[in-house]
Amino acid sequence: MIISFEILLVLLLLVTAVGAILVKDLMSAVLLLGAYSFFLSLIWAWLGAVDVAFVEAVVGAGLGTVLFLLTLIGTAPKDTLLHRPPPSLVTLIVFPLLGVLLLYAASDLPEFGDPDSPASVHISPTYLERSYQDTHTPNVVTSVLMDYRSLDTMGETVVIFAAGIACALLLRRNA
Amino acid sequence: MIRSHDSIIVQTLGRFLIPMVQIFGLYVLFFGQYGPGGGFVGGVILGTGMILSVLIFGHDTSRSQISKKVLHGDGVGMLIYAGVGGLCMIGGGEFLNYANLEIPGLETASRRSLGIVLTQIGVAVDVAVTAVSIVFSLSAEEIIEDSING
Repeated sequence: MIISFEILLVLLLLVTAVGAILVKDLMSAVLLLGAYSFFLSLIWAWLGAVDVAFVEAVVGAGLGTVLFLLTLIGTAPKDTLLHRPPPSLVTLIVFPLLGVLLLYAASDLPEFGDPDSPASVHISPTYLERSYQDTHTPNVVTSVLMDYRSLDTMGETVVIFAAGIACALLLRRNA
Repeated sequence: MIRSHDSIIVQTLGRFLIPMVQIFGLYVLFFGQYGPGGGFVGGVILGTGMILSVLIFGHDTSRSQISKKVLHGDGVGMLIYAGVGGLCMIGGGEFLNYANLEIPGLETASRRSLGIVLTQIGVAVDVAVTAVSIVFSLSAEEIIEDSING
């Protein structure tokens, strides 16, 4: 039952992704991309990454779609139809090879939920054991992001700030 | 430039939805220590509420005034975040080591918890202002001289 649900989700993800690439109308592509983000967030939640799912749903399906739509409305109507050239021979050869290479490499990855994988034996046990008595914060994701790795999060905040400033400088020409 | 939406259904729904979105954003922001959520998502939801009011009621109505006022707060979130780090240094520790926040009557773990709350507020303010600012940048050409600066 659960496995079939997962397969259905992955199928919907693939269909929306391919549809967003293939569709000619840019407005439809934007809406399909929003649906793709929503299915992706469901898959994150199914895999247990609830915080990532939350961010994907809010940013990918919500804010990203609004920004894309505003960009489309702001550009001229003649720009909203795509004229795609057919893919070149190099593309048709290189990208399937790259996919095969990635699939081959993926067979060496540790299994999902493996307690002996390198990611779960290095420093994660320390965080999981000591997070509550160190910080009085039950959500370990928050305590890692905001306390143990606080300087990294500050860097991310600087990046977002810089993105807002750059948008204002580039787009508000008359100010 | 975005004008007010004509449909009364959209306007009434917006009147009901926007406060709920804002309250949910605050809930996500402050509940991030106990469940999924946190500063980034909470900030995006708070910003989305303000974007919704701009999209529904237009740039110039009194309901969108708060979105325009928020634009002047660009950088305040960074200031809060780095300011908490600076307070830790004043307390005699490393940058962003919340155990050195000088608050009497709190043990170390509670100080770190408080530091997490404060930095999350900083991230939320930064993200919300940036989201609103990008929407204003994308949707505006002539509103610049007559409403943001004026």
